[in-house]
Amino acid sequence: MMTDIVMNEEKPQTGVRLTEQQLRARRARSIAIAVSLGVLVVLFYIVTLVKGPGVLVRPL
Amino acid sequence: MSLTVSRVEPSIAGVGDYLELMKPRVMSLAVFTALVGLLIAPIHLHPVIAFTALVCIAVGAGAAGALNMWYDADIDALMERTAARPVPAGRIAPGEALAFGVTLAVGSVVVLGLLVNVIAAALLAVSIGFYVFVYTMWLKRSTPQNIVIGGAAGALPPMIGWAAATGSVGVEPMLLFLIIFFWTPPHFWALALFRSEDYARAGVPMLPVVAGEAATRRQILFYALILAPLGAAPWFLGYASVVYGIVAVAAGAAIVALAFRLHAERNGYAASKRMFAFSILYLFLLFAMLLVDRVATELIGWSLA
Repeated sequence: MMTDIVMNEEKPQTGVRLTEQQLRARRARSIAIAVSLGVLVVLFYIVTLVKGPGVLVRPL
Repeated sequence: MSLTVSRVEPSIAGVGDYLELMKPRVMSLAVFTALVGLLIAPIHLHPVIAFTALVCIAVGAGAAGALNMWYDADIDALMERTAARPVPAGRIAPGEALAFGVTLAVGSVVVLGLLVNVIAAALLAVSIGFYVFVYTMWLKRSTPQNIVIGGAAGALPPMIGWAAATGSVGVEPMLLFLIIFFWTPPHFWALALFRSEDYARAGVPMLPVVAGEAATRRQILFYALILAPLGAAPWFLGYASVVYGIVAVAAGAAIVALAFRLHAERNGYAASKRMFAFSILYLFLLFAMLLVDRVATELIGWSLA
């Protein structure tokens, strides 16, 4: 069928194509952001344990 | 009518470039002085909360550095000392630096406020705001007093550390604030003396560029004469031990002697380079001695208990 043929055809790639260097840099940045967010989550978790039930009670 | 659309190239900035954007050397000084402010406070914080406070102060200082590099990219590109920074070198786009700085600034203040206390968070916000809006955007390009007034931003970390521990501000951290405040002019003007061509090229009105080298040397001596007794003040006001006092008086005498030699110097920059290097050691010595003092007091307290 005509529709199948159109759907199976490989579309030409458009838009920005990243170079190897750009891909590597983006991957490194993504990992750094993930690690930072992970550290923040762990920090909030530990501080909650340390402060206990009074976690929201803090001196001015 | 034609519409020009400029395409921004995908970033090649690595993690190291973003770390460089945070001015790690300035950041380490902020963290060290904040640590001292935090540890000499009469109230002891839980180590996890103290660590959180220091991380927030480090990130806040880094945010201020990133926003400074974003705003100053045009003049940084003209100066030999700063031309290789990530924004003028083209490794990070200005918009990326701005977004990075704003995210870290807001994040550090909010986390410090939520996990430690609001006074410390407010002081951190003031410190970042003062550095970015007052120093970077206003004073730096308009007056030779830029680093004198702007120095207040760099002098705040011990007060933030103290406030993180106590939730208030006392006389001791104000003394530490004053020490860093009066240390900043001799430190930066010593640097400006041997980098004056750089500043002149970029149109930054640093004192040696505007008032000349002789006037700058006089001003360095003036501030060194104020700094030396201020450095010893924690001892004679009873906040630090006699060991601190001896170190502070000796280091103060050395910085005044260097300022006199610099004042007498006519040719070459050897004395200004010595002054610059020693000023870093001076501040480190004083704050390290305050730390030693505190640790020694704790140890003596434990051994007597």
